[in-house]
Amino acid sequence: MRLAELVMAVVMAIFSAYLMWKSAELPIGWIPREGPGGGAFPFWLAAGMLVCCIIIIVRWIRRTSPPSRSSEPYMDKATIKLFVISAGSLGVMIASIHIIGVYFAVPLFLVFYMRFVGHHQWSTTAALAITTPIVSFLFFEIALRLTLPKGYSEPLFYPLYDFFF
Amino acid sequence: METLSLLGSGFITVFQPLNLALVIFGCALGLFIGAMPGLGSVNGVAILLPMTFIVPPTGAIIFLAAIYYGAMYGGAISSIMLGIPGASTAVATTFDGRPLALQGRGDQALITAATASFIGGTISVVLFTAFAPPLAAVALAFGSPEIFALMMLAFATFVGLGGDDIPKTLFSIFIGLVLSAVGLDIISGQPRLVFGNITGFYHGINFLVLAIGIYGIGEILWTIETSRGKIDVSQATLTFRRLIDGFRGMKATIKATLMGSFLGYFVGILPAAGATPGSLMAYGVAKTMAKDPDSFGKGNIEGVAAPEAANNAASTGSMLPMLTLGIPGSPTTAILLGGMVIWGLEPGPLMFVENPKFVWGLIASLYVANLFSLLLNVSLIPAFIWVLKLPFTILAPMIFILCVIGGYAPTQDMHDVWLMFIFGVVGYLMRKLDYPMAPAVLAIVLGPLAEPAMRQSLIISDGSLMIFFGRPIAGSIMAVALLLFLLPLYKAIKAALSKRASGSQA
Repeated sequence: MRLAELVMAVVMAIFSAYLMWKSAELPIGWIPREGPGGGAFPFWLAAGMLVCCIIIIVRWIRRTSPPSRSSEPYMDKATIKLFVISAGSLGVMIASIHIIGVYFAVPLFLVFYMRFVGHHQWSTTAALAITTPIVSFLFFEIALRLTLPKGYSEPLFYPLYDFFF
Repeated sequence: METLSLLGSGFITVFQPLNLALVIFGCALGLFIGAMPGLGSVNGVAILLPMTFIVPPTGAIIFLAAIYYGAMYGGAISSIMLGIPGASTAVATTFDGRPLALQGRGDQALITAATASFIGGTISVVLFTAFAPPLAAVALAFGSPEIFALMMLAFATFVGLGGDDIPKTLFSIFIGLVLSAVGLDIISGQPRLVFGNITGFYHGINFLVLAIGIYGIGEILWTIETSRGKIDVSQATLTFRRLIDGFRGMKATIKATLMGSFLGYFVGILPAAGATPGSLMAYGVAKTMAKDPDSFGKGNIEGVAAPEAANNAASTGSMLPMLTLGIPGSPTTAILLGGMVIWGLEPGPLMFVENPKFVWGLIASLYVANLFSLLLNVSLIPAFIWVLKLPFTILAPMIFILCVIGGYAPTQDMHDVWLMFIFGVVGYLMRKLDYPMAPAVLAIVLGPLAEPAMRQSLIISDGSLMIFFGRPIAGSIMAVALLLFLLPLYKAIKAALSKRASGSQA
């Protein structure tokens, strides 16, 4: 926990400095008759972020904030496993939307998560993996007229478009 | 009198078949969302907001407000039956609700929670109806310095009353505001903070991307971690007789309920405070007011009534500044406010003049939502207990999918989905280190309103910051904000002094 607190504060401090540097690409000072420059608002706020990070680091050194005193692990092994599986599979699903589209990525993700993480029956898994994309198609594409990304699976939907529109 | 006729026209809006169906559906959905451990009103509203584009804005806000209301009722169910707060707003309900359930009086606790919620909701909606029009009339005179001062007050509330680590709260506010500044500069039109010209950043960062990331993905990651292990659902037997007995038992709690209602409402009005501190404060006051404070925490029914009345009252209260001033009173109303901007409405006092149908439809819907939440809550208790047993390995992937599609819908850009994923994961990692997340969400909603307000004010005053202090209304709001900002400093100095005093004595 102690290490995580420091790493987060340092990473965020670097990020703040980067934001300040990027904001400074626009004028950050006072422009006569125009008011504060376009970069001023984010620049000073990013400066505020940096100050907060420095305070957090100082308090870490002096061990005055609760996480900097805690000897508990930031994440135990079981938590890391759960986190990697959940966040990882979600990331893989989002990436695969670019390639195979929502309507194939979603059922694959459901099958993976319910069957191999949750150990549910194949019947429950299959029922949800099939109904979810159908319901989303009807709700988003038909009712809301909102096209969800389909990647390379787009041609498979032409007959459906012909049928509904 | 005029208020009553406007309210009447609001009821006509609500009783249109579509809107009425949306109220009932929203209440039921809100009850379920509230009952699920970990998920509360703010998660439900953030994840479902993109789905409401299917109905007109009035219907959409009525639906989301009904979810907000239903979730306040529903939160008590898992607090009592599982001992896990159904939402942060129902934390105080676990203190006495759980012991009651373990004593086999779970049914009484559930009925008390529902009835107290109803009383709290009703009192606050009546107060709301009375306060809103005059406040909106006053607010019409506000210029940009006043608007900016109010936003400072909202952020100051987090610092002064939030109870989280101060530098981390400030950090959260700053990062939210910086993220809101990404995109094209509103005054000069130049791109800024586009991170190496990634085109996705040119349209700015939609507040929903951050809200869904944190309250959808981050929250589920958090709940997956905290809800590991066996869940132990208490039994509640409900018969008609016990129902009547439960209502009879309410008499003893009427004082605590009324106190909770009024306290909750006024805490809710404070910008950014919301229902969580409201219910915790009501619990504390009920305990000090009671004849037998020692019985609190061991199953005192008043300890259920007070926070439940308060959280419903606060949820209504927090809509008052949102509607009349355009400043959200809680994280959930911040998301509602952002939604109104997407629907093309300009939040603030002008809405009472320009969109009376929208405003009064929403107010009237609160009366209706309150009633339906009570009816659905009491009649569907067995169904909610079933929800508590629903395995999280089904719920979690379904909510992830809703988040992904919801993150895509507003801008139809996969760039935003990735951004949302990153916010969710980083938000979760930061939350584990006690960084509060609500200030960031509030800040990203308020940022696009705060920046022009500040820049216009400074243009008016030709660069002098005194404009925020010299005008009577802006000045007094700023003074309160400064007091709140300095409150933690004062506490820290006081604590250090008393420590030194006790140290020198020893």
